[in-house]
Amino acid sequence: MSTKLVQKLDRVVIRFAGDSGDGMQLTGDRFTSETALLGNDLSTLPNFPAEIRAPQGTLPGVSSFQLHFADHDVLTPGDAPDVLVAMNPAALRANLGDLPRGASIIVNTDEFTKRNLAKVGYAVSPLDDGSLEAWHVHPVAITSIAVEALASFTDLTRKEKERAKNMFALGLLSWLYTRPTEGTESFLKSKFADRPEILEANLAALRAGYNYGETTEDFAVSYEVAPATMREGTYRNVTGNVALSLGLVAAAHRAGLPLFLGSYPITPASDILHTLAGLKRYGVATMQAEDEIAGVGAALGASFGGALGVTTTSGPGLALKAETIGLAVSLELPLVVCDIQRGGPSTGLPTKTEQADLLQALFGRNGESPVAVVAPSTPSDCFDIAVEAVRIATTYRTPVIVLSDGYLANGSEPWRLPRTAELPDIAVEFATEPNAVDAKGAPVFHPYLRDPETLARPWAVPGTPGLEHRVGGIEKADVTGNISYDPDNHDHMTRLRQAKIDGIADTIAPLAVDDPTRDAEVLVVGWGSTYGPIAAAVREARARGGRVAQAHLRHLNPFPANTGEVLRGYQRVIVPEMNLGQLSMLLRAKYLVDIESHTSVRGLPFQAGDLADVISAAVASVSHAPLKETAQ
Amino acid sequence: MTTDLGMPSGPGSAPVDSRDAASGTTGVPRLADGTALTKKDFTSDQEVRWCPGCGDYAILAAVQGFLPELGLKRENIVFVSGIGCSSRFPYYLDTYGMHSIHGRAPAIATGLTATREDLSVWVVTGDGDALSIGGNHLIHALRRNVNLKILLFNNEIYGLTKGQYSPTSHVGQVTKSSPLGSLDRPFNPVSLALGAEATFVARTMDSDRQHLTAVLRAAAEHRGSALVEIYQNCPIFNDGVFDVLKDRTEAAARILHLTDGEEVAAGDTVVVRDDQGVMTVAPRAEADPTRIVVHDPAADDPSAAFALSRLDSPDLGHVPMGIFRNVARPTYDDSLREQIASARTGEVTDADIDALLAGRDTWTVRA
Ligand code: SF4
Repeated sequence: MSTKLVQKLDRVVIRFAGDSGDGMQLTGDRFTSETALLGNDLSTLPNFPAEIRAPQGTLPGVSSFQLHFADHDVLTPGDAPDVLVAMNPAALRANLGDLPRGASIIVNTDEFTKRNLAKVGYAVSPLDDGSLEAWHVHPVAITSIAVEALASFTDLTRKEKERAKNMFALGLLSWLYTRPTEGTESFLKSKFADRPEILEANLAALRAGYNYGETTEDFAVSYEVAPATMREGTYRNVTGNVALSLGLVAAAHRAGLPLFLGSYPITPASDILHTLAGLKRYGVATMQAEDEIAGVGAALGASFGGALGVTTTSGPGLALKAETIGLAVSLELPLVVCDIQRGGPSTGLPTKTEQADLLQALFGRNGESPVAVVAPSTPSDCFDIAVEAVRIATTYRTPVIVLSDGYLANGSEPWRLPRTAELPDIAVEFATEPNAVDAKGAPVFHPYLRDPETLARPWAVPGTPGLEHRVGGIEKADVTGNISYDPDNHDHMTRLRQAKIDGIADTIAPLAVDDPTRDAEVLVVGWGSTYGPIAAAVREARARGGRVAQAHLRHLNPFPANTGEVLRGYQRVIVPEMNLGQLSMLLRAKYLVDIESHTSVRGLPFQAGDLADVISAAVASVSHAPLKETAQ
Repeated sequence: MTTDLGMPSGPGSAPVDSRDAASGTTGVPRLADGTALTKKDFTSDQEVRWCPGCGDYAILAAVQGFLPELGLKRENIVFVSGIGCSSRFPYYLDTYGMHSIHGRAPAIATGLTATREDLSVWVVTGDGDALSIGGNHLIHALRRNVNLKILLFNNEIYGLTKGQYSPTSHVGQVTKSSPLGSLDRPFNPVSLALGAEATFVARTMDSDRQHLTAVLRAAAEHRGSALVEIYQNCPIFNDGVFDVLKDRTEAAARILHLTDGEEVAAGDTVVVRDDQGVMTVAPRAEADPTRIVVHDPAADDPSAAFALSRLDSPDLGHVPMGIFRNVARPTYDDSLREQIASARTGEVTDADIDALLAGRDTWTVRA
């Protein structure tokens, strides 16, 4: 039993940083899992280079994982870490700038060799020159203590022993923040089930790290963060990509359709392909296609056959899929296209987040080619948005583009598990019978005879007798679906396709506004992954005494029916986006409201503190401004 | 006019690989015994809009005439096409059909085939559609061995866009986009398909209904990807390129019949193989009888089929016709279904999904 002091904290932000090969993502994942099981609310931000193994020990090779956990609800991974675990000089140098004075730094001193210091431009070790005086530095010879702890493992090479240093660090941090390690132990047991030596070594290193914290004098205090008060229910921790995958499976199940994924590997979407590829048990078919175009093509082919066709990609892949999505618009078949956005243009920043594909999703096709567009706002919302995308796609027989991003994809948070039976009823009905009669009164099938309410056309799948028909990308005559070059028909069909998408607004929830004082004059509107940072910023601005309203769009096409009304209700409307103002442009164009765009494209989510400053300044300006004219 | 290409004809005489237990239409619902469809049942009400004299008419008639022979339910047959003159094909057949986008039909048809075991899926494409813009999808559908029948109408020209050279046009061909002659070396579609490890590769011709039908029959019988190159005349932009093969005397001298178990020969010439495996055409009188090639489409190794495909020459001096290769291999779609079937433990219930969502690490918050 430890006799050391235990101090209570309400929140902590930890950043694990090391070389890409140091296993920081795994360390962060495990710490997150321990923290989730303890009942804290949390949010994570992995940040890693695009190169699988950039040169060792260099700045470009630094990989990090940030975790924010608290005894209250957490909205972001945190602006600045309270603790930095730096496994080498590069990790220290790359992250020091984000570290507020007074924060703690746990450094692996073993890696602070002349050579490693030189690689990142340190002439003298910062551990020796007093330059870290503003922080609490805990120098720990992580590598050598870990290796020493494994002295009895005579079959392992020194290199193999060194590799366990991340487990030592995890053990130390687990002690420091009073986290249980049983989950990690069972995780290791299943991961290294067929390599008992490696398993034992990792377990030993984990325990050594834990014991080191307990015995060494350098760590005088350990900390506790009490569980957060959360809604009653069963929870798990989930990343956006996993939640999206599960949402697709659950939605297909609810719709009664087999799920088919056609996909080409691309960062940061590939995890969805990996996840779904492992779910064959649930009848999920996945195909790693030869390219992005084939991925969406195969998905559309599957939809034609009555499956739920899905494709997953990121920005460059969405560009390649454009023509096929246009075909799906013309065929009026369900198709779900998940774009896990990353920094662009072109290859851009593959592992960094951005939300600059909004206009591509809406307009990146030839001709008038409207599709539904939705965006999740948090990692766990990726589940709900997947279900919503499937609902829209199957109900309206249309492609739906889901705009997630790298931040949501890899970030995680606790997710209150839904019950499958309580998910929306989205059961699909295929056409089974002729729906019209010909001139002679004989029953015929008209593939473009629409449902009067949804304007959806019948989904008649091959194998249905009597409904044989042909579809294609050439303009079709209304109702019959035969090829038609008639000018009036084309005008009519173009408007019908648009009206069908516009009509989706009838079945989506109105835009909700969070305006606790009900008299705010500043509204902050966001979409997609900026939800957390915006909500945290709004919370902070309110704490400073500002009256602020917040609204978040999950439907980008069509917008909820009351959007214009909401926007017009405020004197100033601020739209923060990780692009150069794409939603602002849409809202301005559609509603003629003077939107103020606040943008950042740094490949990282907004800092809540920075956003709070922007919001507070806006609030101050309206409270100094003359009062709104009142009706006479 | 019909040339005798030495092909077996009539139902039931299709070459069936002895190792291939399942046929290409296994799993597709059949008509009840005693019922049959006719050509008329496969003819849609749409007006056919190819140019007068286009070879596509003959192919359409052959396909419409052949489909009833399959004995399948009409609603379980699907034609998927890309873009080009040939790709209008699905509109004229009263089956399910999709006229998709340029080059993508094999990819779209792959998704359909992978999810629907009960369909007979056909792709109709052309030399531009399949070999240029859609080259990637074609080779990958072939290497995966998806149970698709791909009919490649080769007229060595772009028709729909009005006469530019295609990936099968010959070097020096003068077209609208190559006024001084095409610089591109053409693809040999058969060589390409064999290089992509296609399990069934054949060549036939629009004007020979009997041969065309026999090849279609064998393709339909084959479980896996079947690539059928069909020489097709475009009277508007590339008229007569295959005329020498339509003249009985010329054809007899030029067409190398590929018949299982028979010598590969044309008139008084035969194909011989040297020590390196290279094949050449030699007068029968001069040929070493031990070196005369006897055709074996079921040979495991595609080298001989490939060597045969190299006997082509731009002047159509010698043209192998028939089935180059027909081997049994597991198909992509069957294997995918097997993986799913063996992973499944029964109907997926709400409780199964609940368990999936929960994963391994959950915690409970009580009120
Ligand atoms: S252009 Fe040529 S291939 Fe096209 S329809 Fe006319 S004749 Fe046939």
